[in-house]
Amino acid sequence: MSTQPLTPLTPQPKPSAFSTMRRRTMNQLITVLSVLSTVLVIAPLVAILVYLIYKGASSLNLAFFTHIPAPVGEPGGGMANSIVGSGIILFLASLMGIPIGIAAGVYLAEFARGTILGNAIRFTADVLNGVPSIVMGISIYSLVVMQQKHFSALAGGIALAIMMVPTITRTTEEMLSTVPHAIREAALGLGVPKWRTVLSVSLRTASPGIITGCMLAFARVAGETAPLLFTAFGNQFWSFKLNEPIAALPLQIYVYAISPYDEWHRLAWAGSLVLIVMIMVAVTLVRIFANRGVLKGAS
Amino acid sequence: MGVGIQVENLNAWYGTTHTLQDINLHIPANHATALIGPSGCGKSTFVRCLNRMHETNPIARATGVIKMGDLDIYKDASPVEIRRRVGMVFQRPNPFPTMSIYDNVASGLKLNGFRNRRILDETVERSLKQAALWEEVKDDLKKKSGASLSGGQQQRMCIARALAVDPEVLLMDEPASALDPVSTSKIEDLIFQLKSQYTIVIVTHNMQQAARVAENTGFFLNGKMVEFDSTHKIFTNPRDKRTEDYITGRFG
Repeated sequence: MSTQPLTPLTPQPKPSAFSTMRRRTMNQLITVLSVLSTVLVIAPLVAILVYLIYKGASSLNLAFFTHIPAPVGEPGGGMANSIVGSGIILFLASLMGIPIGIAAGVYLAEFARGTILGNAIRFTADVLNGVPSIVMGISIYSLVVMQQKHFSALAGGIALAIMMVPTITRTTEEMLSTVPHAIREAALGLGVPKWRTVLSVSLRTASPGIITGCMLAFARVAGETAPLLFTAFGNQFWSFKLNEPIAALPLQIYVYAISPYDEWHRLAWAGSLVLIVMIMVAVTLVRIFANRGVLKGAS
Repeated sequence: MGVGIQVENLNAWYGTTHTLQDINLHIPANHATALIGPSGCGKSTFVRCLNRMHETNPIARATGVIKMGDLDIYKDASPVEIRRRVGMVFQRPNPFPTMSIYDNVASGLKLNGFRNRRILDETVERSLKQAALWEEVKDDLKKKSGASLSGGQQQRMCIARALAVDPEVLLMDEPASALDPVSTSKIEDLIFQLKSQYTIVIVTHNMQQAARVAENTGFFLNGKMVEFDSTHKIFTNPRDKRTEDYITGRFG
């Protein structure tokens, strides 16, 4: 091996001072534009949070979390029943929506590649994703509430579950399709049956992305008001029964926000703040929980 | 202990492409058999027929008879059973990224519902020792992901994973083609040691590798097996002109 420095076969012309300056300016310009765009994306979120804290934090007290709404004219009262009600509806929705969404995604990615039925389901999921939430509310009203002859927590849960399914299905499918085929072959080659390979290898490898999809769907429906108007209906009192109307934070905020009373307006702000914080806490908790089992060097 | 494989009139297709044509071959037990030939000649398809991985591709199909000992693998058993008895090592290391080194090696047993801790521990240790990886990983078996190892270590872990289910036959589809020379020679040493206990079929592009590890060699070309003989005979005195042209580097 020679120790002489390598020289290019054809000598490169030295770039002119002008082109060097142009390149650097362009580079800086693009960097500044990217940073500006990032700020533009984050700014509304920060603005909303700050404004909510400014408007709502002063109305937050222990009573807000422990009391049910006070009758008109009486001061005080809280949204305890709405917080619990939202929890119940969202739990019901997740219980139905997440398993169905993931199962459909698994079917699309692992069993129905390129089939007509697969394409039909994929198309349906995309259309369902675009259905306005008020339409979902009316549909569940006629399909469930009219049959039951009364509003119910269950109907609210079903409406939100149906809204969660398409997002979860499509993310699950996308995430499974990023799992390398070689890993599935490794499992099949060891004599692992296909169903087990899907469960323990494909799904497990794709799980961080699938969890993100579920969280996205959850956060999206957690703040939905329209589908609950005709299904869960809302309730000024405690209710823990699934076949009775139940209170929900977005509904309570809606009712208070369009009321003529200043006291109720303040409570609506406080409720909004609590709703946002609850969604953020739920998403963060799931993230922390999901990251606990990750090994060193896992990709 | 290894078992011999008898292949009779094997034909295979991908869609309408006839990738294997009338293959007849006896692979002796407890020997290493090398398959050489240019890219796309059907070597990989052939080994994938031996553990019925071929049929995981929906457009692929195969006809003919393959017997492991007395067992007709297409008639007498399910693909899942066959794959437990015929292990496979792939061209690129394919560890399960979410699993620890221990779980990777134990996966064949664990994913089939085997739960006995003591036997799992013993199997993992034995397999990693067989694959000459034990000393390098014994301290972080359960701490590190299988994907955190180097490429050569990953491939030896994949060999350990295949050995852990105690197969009789080990198929290796270009197991060293993605590895550096040091790792390659480790894999070759391994093959040398393993063939006393397993029947080994190795696909390779590297003719020196075939000469170093295998007793018998088959030469594939355009979906046909041109010649099958002792490695010594193939490399010193081939019967067929095409084999000679290939091993002397005139094409391929």
